[in-house]
Amino acid sequence: MKILKDIFNKNEHYFEKGGKYANWYPMYEAFYSFLFSTKETTKTSVHVRDSLDTKRYMSIVLIALTPCALFGIFNAGFQAHKAVGESLDLIPVLLTGAQLVLPLIAVSYIVGLGVEFFSCMVRGHEVNEGFLVTGLLYPLTLPATMPLWQAAVGIAFGVVVGKEVFGGSGRNFLNPALTARAFVFFAYPAQMSGEVWTKVMGAKDQIVEGWSGATALAVAATTEAPQKAVDALQDAGFSLMDSIVGIVPGSIGETSVVMVLIGAFILLITGVGSWRTMLGSLLGAVSISILFNLFSGGTTIAFFGLPTVWQLSIGSYAFATVFMATDPVSSPGLESSRFIYGFLIGVLGMIIRVTNPAYPEGWMLAILLMNVFAPLIDHVMLERKSKKRIPNVI
Amino acid sequence: MKSLFKTQAYKTFKKPLVEANPVSIAILGICSALAVTTQMIPSIVMVLAMTTVLTFSNITISILRNIIPKNIRIIVELVVISTLVILADQVLKAYMFDVSKQLSVFVGLIITNCIIMGRAEAFALANGPWLSMWDGLGNGLGYGYILIVVSFFRELLGSGNLMGIKVIPEVFYESGYVDMGIMLLAPGVFIVIGLLVWGQNVLTKKT
Repeated sequence: MKILKDIFNKNEHYFEKGGKYANWYPMYEAFYSFLFSTKETTKTSVHVRDSLDTKRYMSIVLIALTPCALFGIFNAGFQAHKAVGESLDLIPVLLTGAQLVLPLIAVSYIVGLGVEFFSCMVRGHEVNEGFLVTGLLYPLTLPATMPLWQAAVGIAFGVVVGKEVFGGSGRNFLNPALTARAFVFFAYPAQMSGEVWTKVMGAKDQIVEGWSGATALAVAATTEAPQKAVDALQDAGFSLMDSIVGIVPGSIGETSVVMVLIGAFILLITGVGSWRTMLGSLLGAVSISILFNLFSGGTTIAFFGLPTVWQLSIGSYAFATVFMATDPVSSPGLESSRFIYGFLIGVLGMIIRVTNPAYPEGWMLAILLMNVFAPLIDHVMLERKSKKRIPNVI
Repeated sequence: MKSLFKTQAYKTFKKPLVEANPVSIAILGICSALAVTTQMIPSIVMVLAMTTVLTFSNITISILRNIIPKNIRIIVELVVISTLVILADQVLKAYMFDVSKQLSVFVGLIITNCIIMGRAEAFALANGPWLSMWDGLGNGLGYGYILIVVSFFRELLGSGNLMGIKVIPEVFYESGYVDMGIMLLAPGVFIVIGLLVWGQNVLTKKT
């Protein structure tokens, strides 16, 4: 560590104002504070300082995401091997999974950080750590078969339009990872929907008989009454247990509810994720799905009648609620409005998922929409609070 | 020559090109930008039709400005504009039938283009025909170049063509390149126009 620090100190004058590479200072500063601690120390009188800066905040989210990412690697390999009937032992499955998923993560980080560094250099800002989370969240929402260049276009768009245009991390009103995903979803629909979730290695005739790449959502959405959605799911080989554990086709990181719950636990005990948002979203989703169950008799869409437990465990509900909706920047600032925000995400997402056959899953659109409404919710709640105040001037 | 750039007419013409651009600054005329810009040829034709209508409506309204009763002026303006739009529509149908079919209802909808009404109200009613003509031309072209830039990107990224000719080589498609579907949808316009506005603000140091 000492040697490293010496190298940094020796070369610092190049990056300072007037130095040879003064334009590159943000990059230097980013690496320095990433390896050591921040260079800024309190110089004047004593102030209370909390060690929880953005960097630590973001590292906690990264730790919480790790189980999902690891399980995503396993599941991508597992599904690929299952499709062509290769061995389902742990080691070969993990190797295949790593081959599929790691390039996506690497591309997301390299391209996204490149854009971020570039815009910080142009503006003379310090590089913010917000991207560390975005760069991992985004690939986890993609199918494992996503072409790398499309993933790169998506994350570049997400960082520029979702964040840098509005002034960088902390000023983005949309979740950058979801902006990136929404862009690739609409720009390259053929690679983002349908049966793209499993990488089929080798020729088509190697596929195991009876295998289909459809997700549980696709099966449930296309079932017509009088057949029950649960029966259709079980006929297609989905069990409730599989959906909760996560060995089903889907986007890389979102299939496993168990892993998401581990992440949620970490976020909640450290206080990094807002429990109000999560609770609100849970209440919203549960109440709407119960409402749908009540009205399922009068419709031919069997998806209406799917029990709540199933609704919560298939698709990306858990992942979106725990990691996407709780983004501190794009969700409202007031604690009380976070509850409403979460509740509306649950309601909207469930409505989009069940009633709109054009979108297989609703959470991405629901969260982006509520991101846009977050300042409005804050405004209304503030007005309500200030009305309660007794005026001191009459 | 130098004095040409100092005339009032030149200034009137130049202002709406960048500084007071109807699309990128005033965000007017977005509806037609959404509708016709998936390909370049229809948008060029649209720009020509729109510029002609705008220029002549400005001139006509400016000539009539002292005899139009103030309380029915909007109706009078609409009569002038719709007459010109019908003329433009007929000319397109007579000489460029294919493009006119492609533009379909949007030529007729030039009547409702906010820029025309806006310039009539804001400029032609208060200025003489000579300046109004330059104002109309400037606004038409200011609207026009944004439309053409937008359609350039939409056609290139959305379908790999330019002016209806394939420009992205087949080799690209074989090696996995895919056209960006979002560019053919309405959100594509908002993204491209938004980026253009951003670029213009950075270049003119407005931010």
